[in-house]
Amino acid sequence: MEVPFWNKEIETLDRARLRGIQTERLKQIISWALKTPLYNKRLNQAGIHSENDIKDIEDLTRLAFTTKDDLRKNFPRGLLAVDMKDIIRVHSSSGTTGIPTVIYFTGDDIENWTDLLARSIVATGATSEDIFQNMMTYGLFTGGLGLHYGAERVGMMVIPIGGGNTKRQIQVMKDFQTTTLHITPSYMLHIHSKLEQEGVSLSDLSLRKGFLGAEPHSENTRLKIEELLNIHAYNSYGLSELNGPGVAFECVYRKDMHVWEDGYIVEIIDPVTGELKEEGEQGEVVLTNLIRRGTPILRYRTRDLAFLHPEGCECGRTHRRLSRILGRTDDMLIINGVNVFPSQIEEKIMKIPEVATNYQIYVDKKGQLDRLTVRVEIYPKLFLGDVSNLEALRVKIKEELKSSIVINPVVELHEPGSLPVSEGKAKRVLDERPKD
Amino acid sequence: MKITQISVFLENRKGRLFEVCSLLGSNEINIRALTIAETESFGVLRIVVDKPDIAVKLLHKNGFVANFTDVIAVEVSDKPGGLAAVLQVFADNDVNIEYMYGFVEKFSDQALLVFRFEDTERAGNILAQNEIKIVTQSEIEGL
Repeated sequence: MEVPFWNKEIETLDRARLRGIQTERLKQIISWALKTPLYNKRLNQAGIHSENDIKDIEDLTRLAFTTKDDLRKNFPRGLLAVDMKDIIRVHSSSGTTGIPTVIYFTGDDIENWTDLLARSIVATGATSEDIFQNMMTYGLFTGGLGLHYGAERVGMMVIPIGGGNTKRQIQVMKDFQTTTLHITPSYMLHIHSKLEQEGVSLSDLSLRKGFLGAEPHSENTRLKIEELLNIHAYNSYGLSELNGPGVAFECVYRKDMHVWEDGYIVEIIDPVTGELKEEGEQGEVVLTNLIRRGTPILRYRTRDLAFLHPEGCECGRTHRRLSRILGRTDDMLIINGVNVFPSQIEEKIMKIPEVATNYQIYVDKKGQLDRLTVRVEIYPKLFLGDVSNLEALRVKIKEELKSSIVINPVVELHEPGSLPVSEGKAKRVLDERPKD
Repeated sequence: MKITQISVFLENRKGRLFEVCSLLGSNEINIRALTIAETESFGVLRIVVDKPDIAVKLLHKNGFVANFTDVIAVEVSDKPGGLAAVLQVFADNDVNIEYMYGFVEKFSDQALLVFRFEDTERAGNILAQNEIKIVTQSEIEGL
């Protein structure tokens, strides 16, 4: 397979030299972080009083973790490390679950971020000849603008359509013969379920690649998307605290995501004890941003669960690969005392061909007991008009789920496109149990 | 001898049946026979209409999951024992019925019933051999 590079030297740099670059950049970031009250205090407590106390990236492990709560407590300017006149952009989380978090970028920060996104895009094999439909929300959310800048840097024609308005998305795909999409996996499946209704078939379109981001999804979801839309789908990872997309991206081999280690230090920890995990062991992803001065973030607990591959990649890149996000430390449901991750449910139902696109997990109380309902959409082409087939499918899904999550769910079948899909992230889990 | 039934998947949601019927109605499609098979969490609406091809296209375009199923419509004398006489033929010849339902209207003094058989071809032949009147698609369209 042909393996394209954006910056071959950096992407294939031997591990020792890569570590050297990380150490140099960490020193710079520490010097900026020391200007913020939070990190000044924490770095001092860790015995780091200036960048010269850093001899190797290992010295970073003396520092306490940064949490989302730390960012909230420092809203809006507590972690701003440079003069406001040097800031050219701000991004912020929605704040729907509390006080928003806010990240400031200098011109250089945007430049560095854009470069990593161009690198990510080229790693998938996309080129300046591609037509890029950016279906992520623009605005304070980092997904839209991040890839937009990266794609322009590569020289693609960018269609800055943003999220939502399915009818128009499909029309634009057809009119401009879009080749490459940036989209959430749930919206990709939703779009597919609406093609027929819009009177558009895949042969009217020129889709070849989809960058799937902003939502954890299973390998089976990827396979389903690839099969239904006849495209190659590439997993993308990032979060606004660490710039946004472009932290890690899949290459042409599509076997998990290279973390751009000249831009980020990645650690995997035990979410309970905080101890470092070995390569290959699952734990919480902790990231340090090495390329942003505006808001330095060190050892950030992402709450995403994943592991690092111990072995290299066929593409020749030396930057290690991060597994797909296998769950979140905070999305675990406890149902009648049993721990259930939504990712376990997705893994099972996406393997069943009759299940089309979207699904939803609903939890409520029936009497004293918790009740788990899994709502799935059926795939129209496999509807034979028969009740017994559908009922058999429902029972099959129920059995499959029960074998994986131990508890016995209620399974409901729904029409394609009927379960709610938001324009950004899908509402997959509804927990309506009374809070005590 | 076969006629076309349309099966529509209906999720358990208020107004969904109304939406199917009003869509067909506003497009001048007449429902000749209808039944609903229901389970706890979903239903399947089965209809025989005067313009099945147009109806299915319309349903798909409006986001419904719908499909064609082959059924046979049979004339049965509208008098006590009429249905039993036909069922006797099926029982004697080992013809399995998956489900059946009646027409909304009739176009002679006979009652009209829709049958879905395990083996449609075979059932059709046996009906013909026993001289039981089968209603054709064009007769349905002209009702």
